[in-house]
Amino acid sequence: MTEINANPMIEVLNLTKKFGSLTVLDDISTTIEAGEKVAIIGPSGSGKSTFLRCLNCMEDPTSGQIIFDNENLADMKVDINKHRENIGMVFQQFNLFNNLTVKKNIMLAPVSLGMKKIRKANIKNFFTKIYNLFNKKSPKELIEVTETRKSITIKAEQKAMELLRRIGLEEKANVYPSTLSGGQKQRVAIVRALAMNPKVILFDEPTSALDPEMVGEVLELIKELANEGMTMVIVTHEMGFAKEVANRVMFIDDGKIMEEGTPQQVFNEPKNERLQGFLAKVLQ
Amino acid sequence: MILAKTTAWDIFTNSLIKEEGYKDVLQGLMNTLEIAILGLIIGIAIGTIIAIVKVIPKYKKLPRILEKIADIYVGFFRGTPMIVQLLIGKYILLAKVPIDDVLIAVVIFGLNSGAYVSEIMRSGIQSVDVGQLEAGRALGMSYASTMMRVIIPQAIKNILPTLGNEFIVLVKETSVVSFIAVIDITKAFRSMADATYEYIVPYLMLALIYLIIVMLITVLIKIMERRLKKSDRN
Repeated sequence: MTEINANPMIEVLNLTKKFGSLTVLDDISTTIEAGEKVAIIGPSGSGKSTFLRCLNCMEDPTSGQIIFDNENLADMKVDINKHRENIGMVFQQFNLFNNLTVKKNIMLAPVSLGMKKIRKANIKNFFTKIYNLFNKKSPKELIEVTETRKSITIKAEQKAMELLRRIGLEEKANVYPSTLSGGQKQRVAIVRALAMNPKVILFDEPTSALDPEMVGEVLELIKELANEGMTMVIVTHEMGFAKEVANRVMFIDDGKIMEEGTPQQVFNEPKNERLQGFLAKVLQ
Repeated sequence: MILAKTTAWDIFTNSLIKEEGYKDVLQGLMNTLEIAILGLIIGIAIGTIIAIVKVIPKYKKLPRILEKIADIYVGFFRGTPMIVQLLIGKYILLAKVPIDDVLIAVVIFGLNSGAYVSEIMRSGIQSVDVGQLEAGRALGMSYASTMMRVIIPQAIKNILPTLGNEFIVLVKETSVVSFIAVIDITKAFRSMADATYEYIVPYLMLALIYLIIVMLITVLIKIMERRLKKSDRN
């Protein structure tokens, strides 16, 4: 297990989420440190998935703050897309793009975001040039655009193939997701998130939609990433996995963190009554 | 020489060839296809934009205003007869503009079709799993680019048969453009019938031509469907 530096990756301050009059998350505060692997467990309907989805604002918090990269993601004025590039997410239902081949699935975001940067730079340069026409004495400097669509695509393709090689699915590069097994889909979804070089990955019950015999291959890949030092937050029902991989286990019920601690503490010496009941049910 | 009895068929061929009716027929066929095809293209473009306006999250004021405008637009074009729309286009809105009548018809057909396609497209967009949008957004892509690269292509695949329907309806509806003095295929045959008082043969021929066009469209849609099916499980 890798060392954890006291270096907050995501700070959650007084996070509350309501759906109408229903309070799903009730004033949650916690810090996820860089390099930390946090497993979130809890009964269904406890708010654990909502908590995870609030971390990258897939659900907008009703109140509270999510501090990432010194910015509050809950603030509607923040450019959330810029931050989501750095926060990978893996879904229960994989959510591979059905209209794109496996390789294109992995390439889409890197290429389209790369192109967006070029377009932005070009637009800015255009205005700078106009500005310079009138200020010949002190012209502003232009942004250098070295990348082209071609260079971005080639780079993204190389990265995609490298990632596919890593999970042993090179030969599936040009097929559509519908021809893959569940386990293959989820592994592709994980490397699709990796293609953005995220600082942290959020896993929303990554193995819950899989056939039992495919759970292993996906957990294996997540374990590999954990060992490489990736910061991750995992909502899971796989208690064994949580015990093995997580540095910290968080038990959420009724929209609150009822108990948290090392896997040792949470699984072997649970103090909270509900946690005891929950563990009794799932570990029997 | 025995004088053969003049049949309805003879009268028809006579007016088609000797009276040079075929010129109008060819012109009419061109106009019909031009109006229907360009109208559909404009319709898909407008319809897609309106559908996106309708499904976009409505947190801010601008999308809500845009939706109201879209509602009025769709309400007008679906709620009033095409003939009236053509007449308004030609004699009120574009009365002073020196513009080809066929072009007016293309524009009105495009606007009209856009209203219908917008609802078709909306149902297509809503048939795509919301997870697809979430996956794109979670990767840092904007709402717009996720829509264009992921959602709309899947939506179009889902609505292709319905779009084929819309195209067929459009082809047949072009028969009303003679109201603004555009010669379409129906008008060409009607002129021949009116001139000879022989109606059955020209109208059957007209039906045959429409049938052939519609069959061609059907084949075209089938080919497109098959090509887009490749992303489904074999």
